[in-house]
Amino acid sequence: MELLGYYNYWVFAVVLMIGFYAVIAKVNLIKKLIGLSIFQSAVFLMYITMDKVEGGTAPIIQEGVSDQIFSNPLPQVLILTAIVVGVSTLALGLAIVVRINEVYGSIEETDILDMDRKG
Amino acid sequence: MIIVSGIFLLTLLAIIAVAIVRTKNLFVAVMLTSIFSLLMAANFFILDAADVALTEAAVGAGVTTVIFLSALSLTAERERSITRKRYLAIFVVVVTTLVLIYATFDKPRLGDPQAPVHQHVAPWYLEKTPEFIGIPNVVTAVLGSFRGYDTLGEVFVVFTACIGVLFLLGSRRGPEYAVYEPSPGNTGLSHHLIPKVVSRLLVPFIVLFGLYVQFHGEYGPGGGFQAGSIVAAGIILHALIEGEAAALAAVPRAALLGMVVGGAMLYGLVGLAGLVLGGNFLDYSVLLSDPIAGQQLGILLIEAGVGVTVCGAILLIFHAFAARELV
Repeated sequence: MELLGYYNYWVFAVVLMIGFYAVIAKVNLIKKLIGLSIFQSAVFLMYITMDKVEGGTAPIIQEGVSDQIFSNPLPQVLILTAIVVGVSTLALGLAIVVRINEVYGSIEETDILDMDRKG
Repeated sequence: MIIVSGIFLLTLLAIIAVAIVRTKNLFVAVMLTSIFSLLMAANFFILDAADVALTEAAVGAGVTTVIFLSALSLTAERERSITRKRYLAIFVVVVTTLVLIYATFDKPRLGDPQAPVHQHVAPWYLEKTPEFIGIPNVVTAVLGSFRGYDTLGEVFVVFTACIGVLFLLGSRRGPEYAVYEPSPGNTGLSHHLIPKVVSRLLVPFIVLFGLYVQFHGEYGPGGGFQAGSIVAAGIILHALIEGEAAALAAVPRAALLGMVVGGAMLYGLVGLAGLVLGGNFLDYSVLLSDPIAGQQLGILLIEAGVGVTVCGAILLIFHAFAARELV
């Protein structure tokens, strides 16, 4: 049971690196962006894992109830805003990919580099 | 029990991540991303982060999927298969994964109350929120007041990203995007009876729920970021089913631009009002004679600004993608 306390971090490491693999090894630009958003989600998972306190509950204070244990509100605030920022920056990336496709007619990195080399 | 369901969800998460990277069909990859986000939201909920779970469910599973799909419709649906294996990339990824897993043994285990992260400012936030701000949801208090600068920055990032998308996709060969009118013949999926009926029933309630989340954010999970995404998701559903023209008739583009700019300005002006009234920037205590009521008013106003900006930005981004045609 002691080791299971690390399971969230192991999944974080695995998912983080799966996303990273898509970013470095895939040549399709949309696949790279999908990989980037998986990478980002893994980071969110790590932060939210750190906020959990054993026997705790969501940090919403109820009146008349004392001795409650609350989970840490700070990582939640950081990630809450990061998710919304993540979707807008992702949209910016996709907009760039759409423009690249209009100019080069392809979203495969290898094609684009070939065309650039030929001038 | 919660640990077991957490492990189950996390294992599914890792499997889906592998499937997303392996599939050659980008459409499949995007739909799997949506499932990935939903599982992630369930995980966040198990880990006591109700606010974050709400955001991830609305943004990750809803809005992100639609934006990915609209980008796919403008590019290609399939990824070209490469025969060459990427041994170096696989090697780097495996080694880094093992190093990261090795490093986790130095971390405090899940739920350890003695972990350093719980000893710093978090107890102070939990203790002082009732005294200084007087609202039950500590997440909203930290987001709106204690770390108001941070949130202001995030809102401006959303604003800037939205402006960037409009710059990239707004100008087009042929008619300008600013005068673009979707063809009235495009009626979305409204020829399908079941989605049409279901969406007509759902959209008003999604928007109503968004407003509830907006104004109940001080007392329960919710706030501007969540509410903005939920309302935007409801209107995007309307646009998908009834056609883009119907959605633009409901919320015109000029109104959306006003929302994006107005929300960010409202946030900044609340901060400046603090300065004018003799406090610090984004200090809400001086807004009213009672400092606690001032804090609550300030949080209500800036959450409204956040919600309006996020909703407007997501919808503008969606319309910018939808208005562009495949060349």
